[in-house]
Amino acid sequence: MLEGILTGLQTAASPLNILMVAVGCFVGTFIGMLPGLGPISAIALMIPITYGFDPATGLILMAGVYYGAIFGGSTSSILINAPGVAGTVATAFDGYPMARRGEAGKALAIAAYSSFSGGTIAAVFLLIAAPSLAVVSLAFQSADYFALMVLGLTAVAAFAGKGNITKALLMTVLGLMLSTVGTDAALGMQRFTLGSLDLIDGISFLLLAMATFALSEALMSVLKPKSDDDRKREMEAQQNLGSMKVSGEEVKEMAPVVGRSSVLGFFVGVLPGAGATIASFLAYGMEQRLAGPKKGAEFGKGSIRGLSAPETANNAACSGSFVPLLTLGIPGSGTTAIMLGALISYGIQPGPRLFVDNPSVFWAVIISMYIGNVILLILNLPLIPYIARILAIPSTILIPMILFFSLIGVYFVSFNTFDIHLMVIFAVAAVGLRLLDFPMAPMLLGFILGGMMEDNLRRALSINDDSWSFLWARPLTLSILAIAVLILIVPMLTPQMKRLKALVYDRAAEGG
Amino acid sequence: MLNGSATRRVFLALPLALGVALTGLAGQGQAADMESLHFLIPGGAGGGWDGTARGTGEALTKAGIVGKASYENMSGGGGGKAIAHLIETAKKQQSTLMVNSTPIVIRSLQKVFPQSFRDLTPIAGTIGDYASFVVNTESDIKDFADLVARYKADPKSVAIGGGSVAGGMDHIVTALVMKAAGAQPTKVKYIPYDAGGKAMAGLLSKEIQALSTGYGEAAELAKQGQVRILCVTAAERLKDAPDVPTCKEEGADAQFVNWRGFFGAPGLSDAQKQAFVGALEKMYATPEWETVRARNGWVNIFNPDDKFVAFLEDQEKVIGDLMKELGFL
Repeated sequence: MLEGILTGLQTAASPLNILMVAVGCFVGTFIGMLPGLGPISAIALMIPITYGFDPATGLILMAGVYYGAIFGGSTSSILINAPGVAGTVATAFDGYPMARRGEAGKALAIAAYSSFSGGTIAAVFLLIAAPSLAVVSLAFQSADYFALMVLGLTAVAAFAGKGNITKALLMTVLGLMLSTVGTDAALGMQRFTLGSLDLIDGISFLLLAMATFALSEALMSVLKPKSDDDRKREMEAQQNLGSMKVSGEEVKEMAPVVGRSSVLGFFVGVLPGAGATIASFLAYGMEQRLAGPKKGAEFGKGSIRGLSAPETANNAACSGSFVPLLTLGIPGSGTTAIMLGALISYGIQPGPRLFVDNPSVFWAVIISMYIGNVILLILNLPLIPYIARILAIPSTILIPMILFFSLIGVYFVSFNTFDIHLMVIFAVAAVGLRLLDFPMAPMLLGFILGGMMEDNLRRALSINDDSWSFLWARPLTLSILAIAVLILIVPMLTPQMKRLKALVYDRAAEGG
Repeated sequence: MLNGSATRRVFLALPLALGVALTGLAGQGQAADMESLHFLIPGGAGGGWDGTARGTGEALTKAGIVGKASYENMSGGGGGKAIAHLIETAKKQQSTLMVNSTPIVIRSLQKVFPQSFRDLTPIAGTIGDYASFVVNTESDIKDFADLVARYKADPKSVAIGGGSVAGGMDHIVTALVMKAAGAQPTKVKYIPYDAGGKAMAGLLSKEIQALSTGYGEAAELAKQGQVRILCVTAAERLKDAPDVPTCKEEGADAQFVNWRGFFGAPGLSDAQKQAFVGALEKMYATPEWETVRARNGWVNIFNPDDKFVAFLEDQEKVIGDLMKELGFL
């Protein structure tokens, strides 16, 4: 094994390959920053270019593009609240408020450190345990995935902490409802398409995210003009826009978050039916709960933990998703499906025999991920102050630019003008709801998880002949559901428990 | 997540450059047979249709058969939007080819869109994949006959998965083959997944007993010993897999090919139609096409002109009858 790792390192460390990964990271970051273009399109773009390259070189270039695009996606989430990929939605929850506070550079730096740590820790897991983890990725059945989505949905509670429980829940339900538009997978029926051809495939995530996050945010800033005081404060805040200073205390606060989120993210990523998005939501929900009432209340308002957790988990999950790809030949996500295609075009067939037949390729892929990660950090840290300065552009120019890129990003994926109309409708509705203080995040959470939750629920039901017994038939399903229930019930019981404790204590005191 | 059918076979048909989408591709074409060719793609960038059109265009221009190729993505309505557009602007679309595949037959039967292939000028089916039935290597289902026997005894005991929605292609193929095997097609316990890869993971996690999927998606996992292919829906055994029986040999006389091919605007002149057919036919012998084909793992199944129309009519009738029987129409 060591020999394989060394050969992989040797290949990856040649000057040409280092140059390739650097070019890849750079290109990937810029592609990823454009809303609508994520890792999938970035890699798809690279495949014809790398055709004819030496396999190792091609893969290394793609690894660079891959990590670059993931990082670039976080950048647009943080700076302009435009999560182009579902995996970076949770990054916007706290990253954007931080940028609004004038800490854009810091937020980007935290995102970069977290991504790097998550990706690196996960690559180490991959290095030592990939072949034996194949079993884990096949342990989950539809029933377990359903339970996992329910657990993910409890992250909504993080937004209910601001005294707006009803509003957060209403928005979650709205998201769940929107996810049912389109062709129903279990019966092939069209639901809520209003007879329109364009709604048959449902509402795309990208469209909804761009409309309710990026577009509505841009429109809100037009509707709510800043007072002179605000403007002054903003000018002051902008002085530190590019500053990446993270205090020692903050590093101490982040370290355990990164550790936990890496492990969680990696294992969720290993599951072919889950992936980076679920991983980021689960990590966000988990950290919010572990942060305690005081720190937990900061979530959604620019918490460092709230930014670090999903960023770490997102990247760790991306590395984790290589386990089923490399060891079983199963692509669990759109990105790994493209990667599989790329590998096949080099004549490399991932699967249980890759590790045995072609160990040098196996290790070269893993090592190249590692190198991609390192180069990304080296390359991007010096760029952060400049990227953050984007926010210093006067809003009269910045807002039209955000509007333009959000609309174009959605249009260039579908090439359907109907999507533009739909986006405008959603954006206007979102502005209305936001003026009434309805949060958008639970809606998007419900939308993303709702579709997957329904698919898995219906599948589990049809496999079990419409009996609900699958909920408790397997220990795995039951355990995940039990955790979800505990998460919901414990905070409700805590005040009562405290009262009870106090009561017992008082009695004891009286008695004594 | 919601866009299952569009993404399901992504890893068979590699999407080509997104960036090229915006510019079109220019070739040299000194002595090209056809000056220019425009591809209309009914889906978004990066899908299976997109890859097919761009791959074909790349081979045609690089081989010098076509001088210049341009591409236009127009998604919406499961392909219906592009079909309507091609019909409405037929006069201006003399050098346009629209890419499509088996779903044009299925979706027009389902009345997803009001038109059918009859409203267009079918040019040729160019590539395809046979369907196959697959089980986990550890499964105690020995062969296809065994699967049918279990199904006949208790249809609920065999959950058969696929990567398309209920009433979609994988479901229809399952019903088609079960019917040919003399079993009741309406009782199939079909479990839909949103992509072929996830369906395969479902099979390996043992939550379903069998999987209906493209042969191309199962071939490599079978070679690596993770799954067993019970039969393929081809007329004869495949050269790649001489050990895999056809479904016909196993007692189910049904054939099915998931094709991809091209359509011209309605009312195309015969000369123009023959020029298209000739260009595509010539393409197969070129090394440029072989590069594109091998890169994507496609199987050449050339089915031009009248043969294509006859094939489509037959596929429509078989699938239509079956869908009526299944209650999907």
